[in-house]
Amino acid sequence: MTIEALENSVIMAQADALPHPLWEFWSDFRANPGAVAGLVVIAVLIVLALFADLVAPHSPVLTNNAVFLRPPFWQQGGSIAYPLGTDAIGRDILSRLIHGARLSLLIGIAVVTLSVISGTILGLVAGFFRGVTEIAIMRLMDITLTLPSLLLAIVIVAILGPGLMNAMLAVAIVLLPHYVRIARAAVISEVSKDYVTAARVAGAGRLRLMFKEVLPNCAAPLIVQATLGISTAILDAAALGFLGLGAQPPLPEWGTMLADAREFVLRAWWVVTLPGSAILVTVLAFNLMGDGLRDALDPKLKR
Amino acid sequence: MLRFVLTRLSLVIPTFIGITLLVFVLVRLIPGDPIETMAGERGIDPARLALLRKEYGFDQPVLVQYGFYLSRLVHGDLGRSIVTHEPVMSEFETLFPATVELSVCAILFALCLGLPAGIIAAVRRNSIFDHGVMGISLTGYSMPIFWWGLLLILLFSVQLGWTPVSGRIAVQYYIEPVTGFLLIDTLLSGDFGAFRSALSHLVLPMIVLGTVPLAVIARMTRSAMLEVLGEDYIRTARAKGVPRFRVIAIHALRNALIPVVTVIGLQVGVLFTGAILTETIFSWPGVGKWLIEGINRRDYPVLQGGTLLIGAIVMIVNLLVDVTYGMINPRIRHTR
Repeated sequence: MTIEALENSVIMAQADALPHPLWEFWSDFRANPGAVAGLVVIAVLIVLALFADLVAPHSPVLTNNAVFLRPPFWQQGGSIAYPLGTDAIGRDILSRLIHGARLSLLIGIAVVTLSVISGTILGLVAGFFRGVTEIAIMRLMDITLTLPSLLLAIVIVAILGPGLMNAMLAVAIVLLPHYVRIARAAVISEVSKDYVTAARVAGAGRLRLMFKEVLPNCAAPLIVQATLGISTAILDAAALGFLGLGAQPPLPEWGTMLADAREFVLRAWWVVTLPGSAILVTVLAFNLMGDGLRDALDPKLKR
Repeated sequence: MLRFVLTRLSLVIPTFIGITLLVFVLVRLIPGDPIETMAGERGIDPARLALLRKEYGFDQPVLVQYGFYLSRLVHGDLGRSIVTHEPVMSEFETLFPATVELSVCAILFALCLGLPAGIIAAVRRNSIFDHGVMGISLTGYSMPIFWWGLLLILLFSVQLGWTPVSGRIAVQYYIEPVTGFLLIDTLLSGDFGAFRSALSHLVLPMIVLGTVPLAVIARMTRSAMLEVLGEDYIRTARAKGVPRFRVIAIHALRNALIPVVTVIGLQVGVLFTGAILTETIFSWPGVGKWLIEGINRRDYPVLQGGTLLIGAIVMIVNLLVDVTYGMINPRIRHTR
């Protein structure tokens, strides 16, 4: 046996004794049935969103004069060609829902990415530089938090003009303070620890300290908040769509679909119930997964 | 205590000035100047435009304009609505009681269901009831309430015909506003039919608006109770032979309520977000619906004034919650 092989077997033995952190995380996460259910739903949604063009039986925007407000297939008058029925101008609801999944996931992920990146940078800067910079950043975040979230988003959209992009930007701004606060609090508690002092003594620059040393150790709460943030982003963007300030028709955004469907509440239950159920299931899945992540990532909260 | 209140106040005042600045700047960012917006699509003759600009002070430097804005604000002048030409302040004052009535009822609804549900879930931890409450409350928390409102209308108003679809009271009743709260005003007028009508209009919006706070309160009560029930003094009380009900309802609940009260205070902002959607769905004549209409009509003074007033109200309520919290819990007062 060569020395390398011996070393390898020692390393393997150590690895056997202590499970890899990722593996430990997975086994904690798996123990929570709600979180796993959430993950499964999200995985299905992602697949549907990626292959929307293949899966959806019709085009989401194609109107058909012959089939206005057809009920779902199991009701009288419905047909299997339009499994979940059609809307007021003859578009297939199922196809619109599937394409809507693509939009909603994109909204959630884009908004949270923008918000997490800018929020983390602002939080790191506030936590590292303290003084006037910190006061300025945190006051601004306090002001943003004081205004009710939807109201602030509405005001921003009113100024920028309605539309999906502006609505996403507005929701990203509304979510920002949460990430700034988490990042700042985590930085302040980390900075005084020995490893940071050690890195500083070893000559690490400020940027290296911020991003290489401290940031990875603040990641857990940020990841949890980001997952929960996706659900808030989807919900808020749908609310803006419902108020006519978000995605504009004919985009198959779920909130916008609901706004279109409002006047048909009395005649066609499916145009109202289905898009809302899609929002509820998606948001619930992200909340379940976020709760599971928090329990698995935060040893203090482990039951 | 005075010192505590003063520190809190010193934090609130800059935030308020910040909000005025934010609202002022945001409305300045809207393309086109306010006079042109007021003139609308008909256009305006350039000489008159210049005159109006001078009259309203729009020819001054921005900082001076902000000064004017603040001084008008101090005198309670928030400008006039472009559409109705009524002062924004007086429109807000007429509509605000409707929003308050709806919100207070929603919070009461959330408390009446959420507190007992949270307590029982904590006491019977890991039972079917506990899992059920937690599942339902996570669903409630994830609920798109604008859809929830439509569903309830579909079920109770359309299918069962139990409740009206929209508004605050049936048209045949005219109630002289005394307090602005219809439930109280109808009782004062002694017209029981009007009271019933107001109540039946209120039920669905109240449930819709109360759903998210209900979920939050149930979850918070449960976790606060779980924490308190694990404390030594609870075991001591049990060991002394205090009845189980008394231990839970008196010894444990009193301490568990502290975080719950804070959460309720923090729900004010959430409630307002919900009120915007709920009022839009049920055509409830409150400030949320008014703001949305203001946006659709590009009525910027309404948007500006309304946002400022709501920001101020949320801030004041948060301050009051903070101060009350400091009063009931000396630990907070001394650590900060």
